[in-house]
Amino acid sequence: MYVVALLVVLSLLVLGLRLFFMQVQSHDYYKTRSQENRIKLVPTPPMRGLVYDRNLNLLAVNKPSYQIRVTPVQVEDVEQAILHLSELIELDEHHLKKFHADMKRKQPFESIPLKTNLNESEVARFSVNRHRFPGVEITAHTNRYYPMDGVNVHALGYVGRIDSSEIQKLDKRNYSGTNYIGKLGVEKFYEEVLHGEVGYQHVEINAQGRKLRVLESIPPVPGEDIVLTLDARLQEVALQALGERRGSVVAIEPATGEILAFVSAPTYNPNLFVNGIDSKRYMQLRSDPDQPLFNRALAGQYPPGSTIKPMVALAGLHYGVVQAQDTIWAGPYFQLPGHRRKYHDWKKEGHGWVDMTKAITQSSDVYFYTLAHNLGIDRMSEFLEHFNFGHKTGLDTWGEAKGILPSQEWKNRMYGQPWYPGETVITGIGQGYMSATPLQLAIATSVLATRGQRIQPKILRAVRTSGAVEQPAHSAATRSVDVADRFYWELVINAMVDVVHKPNGTAYLVGKDAGYQIAGKTGTAQVFSLDQDEETRRAQKENIDERLRDHGLFIAFAPVKDPKIAISVIVENGGSGSGAAAPVAKAVMDYYLLGKVPGQPDAS
Amino acid sequence: MLDSPISKREGQLLNIDPVLMGALVVLCGMGLAVLYSAANHEMDVIIRQSAHFAVGFVVLLFLAQIPSKQLFKWSPWLYLAGLALLITVLMIGYTGKGAQRWLDLGILRFQPSEFMKIFVPMMAAWYLSNKHAPLPLRHVFVAVLIVGVPTWLISIQPDLGTALLVLCVGIFVIFLAGTTWRSLAVFGSLILVALPVSWFYLHDYQQQRILTLLDPERDPLGTGYHIIQSKIAIGSGGVYGKGWLNGTQSQLDFIPERSTDFIFAVLGEEFGFLGTVLLLLTYGFIVMRGLSIAYRAEDTYSRVLAGSLSLSFFVYFVVNIGMVSGLLPVVGVPLPLISYGGTSAVTILAAFGILMSIHSHRKLFVP
Repeated sequence: MYVVALLVVLSLLVLGLRLFFMQVQSHDYYKTRSQENRIKLVPTPPMRGLVYDRNLNLLAVNKPSYQIRVTPVQVEDVEQAILHLSELIELDEHHLKKFHADMKRKQPFESIPLKTNLNESEVARFSVNRHRFPGVEITAHTNRYYPMDGVNVHALGYVGRIDSSEIQKLDKRNYSGTNYIGKLGVEKFYEEVLHGEVGYQHVEINAQGRKLRVLESIPPVPGEDIVLTLDARLQEVALQALGERRGSVVAIEPATGEILAFVSAPTYNPNLFVNGIDSKRYMQLRSDPDQPLFNRALAGQYPPGSTIKPMVALAGLHYGVVQAQDTIWAGPYFQLPGHRRKYHDWKKEGHGWVDMTKAITQSSDVYFYTLAHNLGIDRMSEFLEHFNFGHKTGLDTWGEAKGILPSQEWKNRMYGQPWYPGETVITGIGQGYMSATPLQLAIATSVLATRGQRIQPKILRAVRTSGAVEQPAHSAATRSVDVADRFYWELVINAMVDVVHKPNGTAYLVGKDAGYQIAGKTGTAQVFSLDQDEETRRAQKENIDERLRDHGLFIAFAPVKDPKIAISVIVENGGSGSGAAAPVAKAVMDYYLLGKVPGQPDAS
Repeated sequence: MLDSPISKREGQLLNIDPVLMGALVVLCGMGLAVLYSAANHEMDVIIRQSAHFAVGFVVLLFLAQIPSKQLFKWSPWLYLAGLALLITVLMIGYTGKGAQRWLDLGILRFQPSEFMKIFVPMMAAWYLSNKHAPLPLRHVFVAVLIVGVPTWLISIQPDLGTALLVLCVGIFVIFLAGTTWRSLAVFGSLILVALPVSWFYLHDYQQQRILTLLDPERDPLGTGYHIIQSKIAIGSGGVYGKGWLNGTQSQLDFIPERSTDFIFAVLGEEFGFLGTVLLLLTYGFIVMRGLSIAYRAEDTYSRVLAGSLSLSFFVYFVVNIGMVSGLLPVVGVPLPLISYGGTSAVTILAAFGILMSIHSHRKLFVP
């Protein structure tokens, strides 16, 4: 019996020691664990900054949105509850599929979204029946919304749900409560400015993860609002002028480098992407032959065609290869000395005797074949580089293409082949290897407009912190393009004025009743290399498939004396620059300079 | 021997041992206080548990009046009735939590296995009381059968916790009746051999519990969750506890089964080391008192029965506290008189009724 009593005492001692160890010795450890159990740090996502255009029209806003969420552990029979919910709220197959997938991944005490973007009547219907659904709740948060739909999408971009590859690169702390991140355009480039700083709530929770009360909270710092240089109305005018056609319009304020219009058509609705586009619609957009997702203004690389003629002329003057008053016989074609191949003019019979002004006004190919041949590729290439060809412009956005400015060195590097003289000839009219983006063309136009000021374009005008407007820190960098005589600029610009305002100019159609002076240049870019036999080409031209027709290009700035706007327009398969692209540029300039809305009688 | 002057205790009110009775009442009071906190402050639960205690004390008083000779005579019949009930349960029992444990008699439901905690030691003591120590091996074998059959019947319900407790109390009887070291060694090694074999007969969830004991963190949200959370509760209580009704682990639902098997965690969190030591001392005191009653019992049957019942009560709380504090696997044993539950409360108080009866017929002088 004593043995038994001793055993009892010993056992009690063991238990007592165990409890001493837990409650006294390791108390701090367990105390911390119980605190961690009870108190949860819940991140409060900051409100994303708004985006305005230059006239303070809203381009991107945050719209309240309602989400219905289910916490499985608190629901007796999840399937039954969903069945009853579907009587109040429209639930599709894909809602259920996503929900069940989430349910497998998450802990039963975590709440899982069932449907996002409930409409008002669904919210109301659920609220009335709320008592029937323990463990189901509606939460309010904000969704990014673009009120102008697709009008600004190629400049603005959009936000979307953070994906797994983005998570790797993010500041996990700051994004702990954030669902969306900028995916493209301004939304991506200015992500840091727009996002803001996360806040926290210390909440007491129970074992099921239900919030009981807030113990402490650190409010988030909302993202800063930004003002863009874009003019949203101008964007609309440009899109309207392009109509159903594919193409691009880029307009710049030459003095500041501010992008006024940045349009690539067709557009698409960025609101579709915010909460994840469904795969069917995405495939539709992806496989659309008009490629609405492709940002033509930024990444479309087109042969600049005759639009580079004013710059080639300037190069001729600068290097003293030609004088403005020099005339040459511009017949139907050009031949390199000792070669049989004919380089045809666009005009079957040629232009006769032409000087530089006439050559630009009428866009004589033979004149520029000759000039290019006399300049040589390397001098031409070196000079065109001052106009930003072959380099990124440094616009504050993502995905810019740099085009191609060919030279002997370039061809050797790319193909390991020597440069042929014939390639110099066609580069003189902006064909061959050369390509440029509509943005680059607009920059080159702006260099012409400012008589040699190459400015870095920008799309951010200002950052607004709590209502006050701050100018962006970086002031546009300017580089001078020096030519031998400043007068050369005026020579070339005068010829560009003739293009628009002289009856023999290629763009006289748009210039004849303009209320202001425009300097412009038309261009046509071949979509594919046609047989050089001009006769067949002419014959086929009317019949060829619309998709194989030439792209129409037009560059212009106005007013000539004090340029307020420089613009480049490309209409894909438009046929000609004069017929397709010039009227678009005119509509944009009319609105910007005169406030004239197309399709309406003169506003002034 | 029937009217022997030394076996009659005069002036004892209703054959009650006031010391043991006092300790039991204190324990039940502590139980109700902790239960109120554990059961979300529901008065309903307290009233029902008080009713269980009331029934238990009536049974205790009733059994205290019955002389142990009477119990001795009833032992085989009660044992056989218990076996019959166990078999009935296996055939028509009410299933709760995946195990058939309950018999439904319309107005009340009960677990026959609980009764076996008393009937088995009674029967084993009955069988061994006229054998002289040291017991020969064959008597031990018969006694092991007496214990083994109900243990097996209970374990296949399955109710491993109760089966182990019945087995324990049976072994105590054999031990107290005076076995030889040799037979102890034989059965000890048999059990050692049986352990790894029985592993394969254990249910999945029982295997899980044993694995989890070895490393609770290996499945922190599954099986290990119970143990981790109850350890956090006890440890975070500290020396003085977080105060009655103020335990965050307890009040925020982190402790599972906190009004039944894991109620000790609530006590540990809210009353701290002082509370748990006070409980251990109360339990220790009751066991010691029970053992002293056994020591003074007038015959072998009473001595063995009183001793084994006291020790089974001891095993009860050691196993429960051991499991809640992470020393033993989770076997589903309630904390005696603290955990919510009717049958267990009544059975324990009934056992103490038997102890009271033995006490009031004890020897006055121990030679």
